[in-house]
Amino acid sequence: MAEYIIKNGFVFDPTQGIKGDKADIAVKDGKIVKSTEVSSKAKTIDASGKTVMAGAVEIHAHIAGPKVNEGRNYRPEDKLFTYRPKSASSRMAGGFSIPTTFKTGYEYARMGYTTAMEAAMPPLYARHVHEEIKDTPIIDEGAYPVFGNNWFVLEYLKNKEIENTCAYISWLLEATKGYAVKVVNPGGTEAWGWGLNCLTIDDPVPYFDITPREIVTGLIEANEALGLPHSVHIHQNSLGNPGNYTVTLDTLKLAEGFKAKNKFGREQVLHSTHLQFHSYGGDSWANFESKSKEVMDYVNKQKNITVDTGCVTLDETTTMTADGPFEHHLTELNHLKWANVDVELETAAGIVPYIYSPDIKVCEIQWAIGLELALMAKDPMRCFITTDHPNAGPFTRYPRIIKWLMSAEARKKQIESFKHSAKMVEATHIAGIDRELSLYEIAQMTRAGPAKALGLSRQYGGLAPGMDADIVVYDFNPEKPHKPEDIEKAFSAAAYVMKTGVPVVINGEIVSNGNKRTLWVKAKVNENPQVMRDIRDKFLRYYSVTQANYDVSSHFVPNPHVIEVDATH
Amino acid sequence: MSKSVTDVICPFCGTLCDDLEVIVSDDGKKIEDIYNACAIGAEKFMHAQAPERVKRPRMQQPDGTYKEVSYDEAVEYTAQMLFNARKPLMYGWSSTSCEAQSVGHEIAEKVGAIVDNTATVCHGTTLIAVQDVGIPSCTLGEIKNRADRIIFWGCNPCHAHPRHQSRYSVFPRGFFTNKGHMNRKVIVVDPRVTDTAKLADYHYQVEQGRDYELLSAFRVALRNEPLPETVAGIPREKIIEGAEVMKSGRFGIIFFGMGVTQSLSKNHNIDNAIMLTKDLNEFTKFSIMAMRGHYNVTGSGQVLGWQFGYPFSVDLSRGFARYNPGETSSNDLLRRGEVDAVFVLGSDPGAHFPISSVKKIAELPSVCVDPHITPTSEISKLHVPVAFVGVEVGGNCYRMDNVPIEARKVVDPPEGVLTDVEFLTRVNARLDQLMGGK
Repeated sequence: MAEYIIKNGFVFDPTQGIKGDKADIAVKDGKIVKSTEVSSKAKTIDASGKTVMAGAVEIHAHIAGPKVNEGRNYRPEDKLFTYRPKSASSRMAGGFSIPTTFKTGYEYARMGYTTAMEAAMPPLYARHVHEEIKDTPIIDEGAYPVFGNNWFVLEYLKNKEIENTCAYISWLLEATKGYAVKVVNPGGTEAWGWGLNCLTIDDPVPYFDITPREIVTGLIEANEALGLPHSVHIHQNSLGNPGNYTVTLDTLKLAEGFKAKNKFGREQVLHSTHLQFHSYGGDSWANFESKSKEVMDYVNKQKNITVDTGCVTLDETTTMTADGPFEHHLTELNHLKWANVDVELETAAGIVPYIYSPDIKVCEIQWAIGLELALMAKDPMRCFITTDHPNAGPFTRYPRIIKWLMSAEARKKQIESFKHSAKMVEATHIAGIDRELSLYEIAQMTRAGPAKALGLSRQYGGLAPGMDADIVVYDFNPEKPHKPEDIEKAFSAAAYVMKTGVPVVINGEIVSNGNKRTLWVKAKVNENPQVMRDIRDKFLRYYSVTQANYDVSSHFVPNPHVIEVDATH
Repeated sequence: MSKSVTDVICPFCGTLCDDLEVIVSDDGKKIEDIYNACAIGAEKFMHAQAPERVKRPRMQQPDGTYKEVSYDEAVEYTAQMLFNARKPLMYGWSSTSCEAQSVGHEIAEKVGAIVDNTATVCHGTTLIAVQDVGIPSCTLGEIKNRADRIIFWGCNPCHAHPRHQSRYSVFPRGFFTNKGHMNRKVIVVDPRVTDTAKLADYHYQVEQGRDYELLSAFRVALRNEPLPETVAGIPREKIIEGAEVMKSGRFGIIFFGMGVTQSLSKNHNIDNAIMLTKDLNEFTKFSIMAMRGHYNVTGSGQVLGWQFGYPFSVDLSRGFARYNPGETSSNDLLRRGEVDAVFVLGSDPGAHFPISSVKKIAELPSVCVDPHITPTSEISKLHVPVAFVGVEVGGNCYRMDNVPIEARKVVDPPEGVLTDVEFLTRVNARLDQLMGGK
């Protein structure tokens, strides 16, 4: 296989503590190696005057599966003026907030992202998720099946049967080729089956008579008993409601007393996603305000939690979540078209378009909260940049968020342009924050941090020898004076991107479809005849498909990267 | 000694039953019996065995007779036709696998074709309505486990989706519906006294083409606003009673079919039906679902969706995807004479399109890829027989509620007969050669 050497760039690599020193990165057989290990035939990539980082890792985005595709199909308007025709190495690609699978792969790659996680996979639709993943070029992908409203989980945890929960998780991860335990509005989405919701962690789930508190703690316990690479990944109750930060803190506190147990170097037991939507104060939209400080104060001192931001990008976008009742609530607020799917025994999902307008006070405050979370984070290895794509904005806006985070001037300009800037400043902290994140901190928040939280720090998120050769060169010279716009421009279209040793982007253009892989976790547990019998029974009586037609066959995962865990004892 | 293949998926209608059992001869070549399937589904399997089945491509001669040609010649004709056409139509895709659709789309992108599926004369109006107002829906298992109010509007599952009621909607005993149909109230809205209407608790014999009015009347009744004495031929009291039945349920569902999607008002009917569903969610839990016809028309919409962003009538002729039903839909294109070649796979427009469109297909260079002899194969220049998806080759399919199920292979195809994917892949490769020279 080809050898490469990327020379003279300013390297930012948190895994080795390299903070912008000039260094050469050598590549052989798809891995990073010591510079001495490549031959003289190695192809040289000149990165002098440029920034070099590892490929970025997306920890939470809705990029493949039934609700994403419903979003595409029911919003033809989203494609307007976005199409790029096909080229020698790329298919035609279009869409803005919900791009086609091809565009999803290309756009991530152009920004220097080489791995992405689909954040909510309804198990019954896992085959669909994998079909889309298969059609998303370049980037490595995994998908989190949702567990927080699953009838098996509710029944086992009601009786505190952790071992059975583990066995079921292991079975479902394998059946769906899933990566992690995702929880969305625990209990609330099952309640939505009857048009109800759970808005605090102590609201009982109708019929099942279990609380979100019990679901979350039970799943953390099971996750750590299995020793999965990623922790429980949670979208909390009461998303998007004024005053919900107390519910957020209540949920985060559930992690107290748990310690991460795994062989992957992961330290957290709970990942709290799109925290922006969960850091709201006030009791109505009139006195809506930021509670980012209260939330981040807790996160900063609680070492076994990681978070991602869910930054609002001020765009017209398409919200979609397995939080069915929330989407119904949203359509009642904005009266835009509402799609919903309740999934038997497992979950639900809703979709509503949304316009984050810089002329609406609430949206301005949301914008501020997302950025505040990142700016208040004491440990950038535990706070990651996301937009909860496409919920708070499309992932293609990451370069703009990086600009806002790296430049107080850019933030000031944005605040001044708001219609209600004075009121917004009063309800938030953003105007008083002068912190500007460094490129090193950006590399922590977009590379090393998420890779570590996913239990993938040995292969992604860094440039140490032995890691996958996912490397990005940005046309950005950190030693030269620059305008905030230069940051956005550089991060929007990387000068050079390599995915496991294959050049995929050169000067912002796609040159290859790479060698995409699908990540999934195979967790081995002791034989558990009871759980197997329960599964058979549920399929016979309640599912609308037979058990034999439920598993995702290898045909849908043509290039798997299986991470094995042995939880037998 | 025969063997049995279980959990077989039925490649007929959008109900996509996955519990069939097929008895196959020991050598794996012959289907001997089928259990659990409806009459139509069983026939689909048995038809694969028909002795008169066409097993090699056939080229129509000027005198109307057929000449057998090889698959190589068929690939060459198809590739040349698509290569030379300025704006070919690639229609069908509803009775084949997602894998085949995917290869078809790659070809369409190369040659600048229009890709359209059978939704264009079926539930396309539903898809347009969903683009207008969204759609609150659920999976069929939710109906089985929770629903106690079942509405069939302009559809007749007794005949079109024969196992729908027993598997999902009326009779099954689910988790919260352990008394089966005793737990449920069934409303049928249909101008005819269909077999489905006969088993309903309430039959609303709406005047033909007046569905929009009746939907509106239900919405009015939900709000307790005044109604005229009769609407669409239904007395006020019955409408109010119906609204009460819907409201008083714990979980309701509206299933609708061609009776509303292709009658007067088309997509506006569905707009209104969806808004009725949304209104009902103020009182209880309600969903709505289209009774999709072909077993994988839903899949075609899905694959088009993730690859191009639109569910049907996708025009790739300008080098990027456009969608404008009425302009980019098959019948409009055909009747305006805008396409100069027609490729049909997995559908039978010859039987279902208006005669004005069918005549155009007959005049144009045309290829029909279909295991059967159909009206379309009879008017096409080239007929390419292929293996039956779901019988002789597997592949992914999407049920009417968008749940993906992987169809199984039960027996081998007749010797030498290609599958859809194989044929399309060869056409695609040939096109690469032709375009390489361009």
